[in-house]
Amino acid sequence: MVSSLTSHHEVTAAHSKEAIPIHKFLIHQKGDHVGVATEPIASDETVTGVYMDDESTIEVKAGGDIPLGHKIAVLETGDDPTVLKYGIKIGNATEPLSVGDYVHTHNLKSARW
Amino acid sequence: MELFGYRRPNGTVGVRNHVVILPVDDISNAACEGVARNVVGTMALPHAYGRLQYGPDLELHFRTMIGTGSNPNVAAVIVIGIEENWTKKIADGIAETGKPVAWFSIEGNGDFETIKVASKKAKEFVHDASELRAEPIELSDLTVSIKCGESDTTTGLASCPTVGVVVDRLVDEGATVFFGETSELTGGEHLIAERMATPELKDAFQAMYDDYVGEIESKDADLLGSQPTQGNIAGGLTTIEEKALGNIEKTGSKEVIGVLEPAEAPANGPGLYFMDSSSAAAEFITLMAAGGAVVHLFPTGQGNIIGNPIEPVIKVSGNPNTVATMSEHIDTDVTGLLSREQNLAEAGEDLLEMLVRTVNGRLTAAEVLGHREFVMTKLYRSA
Repeated sequence: MVSSLTSHHEVTAAHSKEAIPIHKFLIHQKGDHVGVATEPIASDETVTGVYMDDESTIEVKAGGDIPLGHKIAVLETGDDPTVLKYGIKIGNATEPLSVGDYVHTHNLKSARW
Repeated sequence: MELFGYRRPNGTVGVRNHVVILPVDDISNAACEGVARNVVGTMALPHAYGRLQYGPDLELHFRTMIGTGSNPNVAAVIVIGIEENWTKKIADGIAETGKPVAWFSIEGNGDFETIKVASKKAKEFVHDASELRAEPIELSDLTVSIKCGESDTTTGLASCPTVGVVVDRLVDEGATVFFGETSELTGGEHLIAERMATPELKDAFQAMYDDYVGEIESKDADLLGSQPTQGNIAGGLTTIEEKALGNIEKTGSKEVIGVLEPAEAPANGPGLYFMDSSSAAAEFITLMAAGGAVVHLFPTGQGNIIGNPIEPVIKVSGNPNTVATMSEHIDTDVTGLLSREQNLAEAGEDLLEMLVRTVNGRLTAAEVLGHREFVMTKLYRSA
């Protein structure tokens, strides 16, 4: 392991004593339809997500296995297929999304190309 | 925070002290590599082009060649081409910086004679460059380039916003910063357009964007797997819009004071500039180095391993899998942002510290691993 990583762990050791919510995903902001798994999430697992804009939390039951870095739905889409992330449209759902759904190329398409 | 750099005769400041052996064209690579084998402390920059180019494509070739040699990280340059005219044109362009330049052409001499005379001159240049001393400099003396690669959702959450914090700090300090990746703004191009300092710049940016994306769309191809890339998709990015919004996080929040052609040097003073470019890492970093960038900040998610021969490339990643499996490529670890053990301000401080250490001589992962990807951008087929 390189020294920068070692020193990083030393730096963060102090912070780890603080109460940090046990989260498995992060959402950029309120109103986004999707969050991002920061650890692998198993199907049917109930997991906590943290909104990065106001530090509030949300609990969601995962509808599928979601690898680290992949998306989990936190809002359903209805008649409007628009999917928001960063508060901005990232594409259209190709089928209605339910809370907890694994969201990727099988159910989300670019609106641009 | 003490910083040291090399002040060149034209006042620009570099953080490395290369003696470059620059081929004008593909068939002069062998002679340049021959000189680099003879003379320790030189670096040849072989590339694939330079013959039968014309119009804007030829202008970009010249601009990239002259810009590369003119970069403040370069102390001196030997230019070698097959014939005299274009070789001299490039050498003359670099010589305007006041740095030592010599040129040699191969026709009528052959590789052996060219390598012999060029090696003698290169040896002189290395002796002289080796006696140059780094002097105290300021952050405001730096031109920094940014571009991410093999992005995933963690770049949008962690490494790109970390770079954004550093970019804002650099601009506040009076440094110059380049970003670009024209087509990779798709879905968030309006966010960049809104940050243009004047209506004229906004129009110029929009025209560049429309032209680039229009060309891509004219091919009527399915871009899924190309943009976003296979690596992006494996990392959880689904659409170009999602990728673009993560990418844009690294540009910080400052207004954009200039819009540059590929490899163009800035003319509006210090601040944040957009450069029209491909989003392919080797091509774009080569163009930004030719525009004068001396150090590069590179966020990666899935683990792009790019380097550049002219400017050191600093890798920053927030993906814990990548930092664990590809640690030799990562300079700054910001995985603490995903685990929430670190906040953005702390991550920015870590990256700024790595930038300062790199300026002061710490070799980056890409430098130590020998990554010297030098790739000329070709606009269209040669004649």
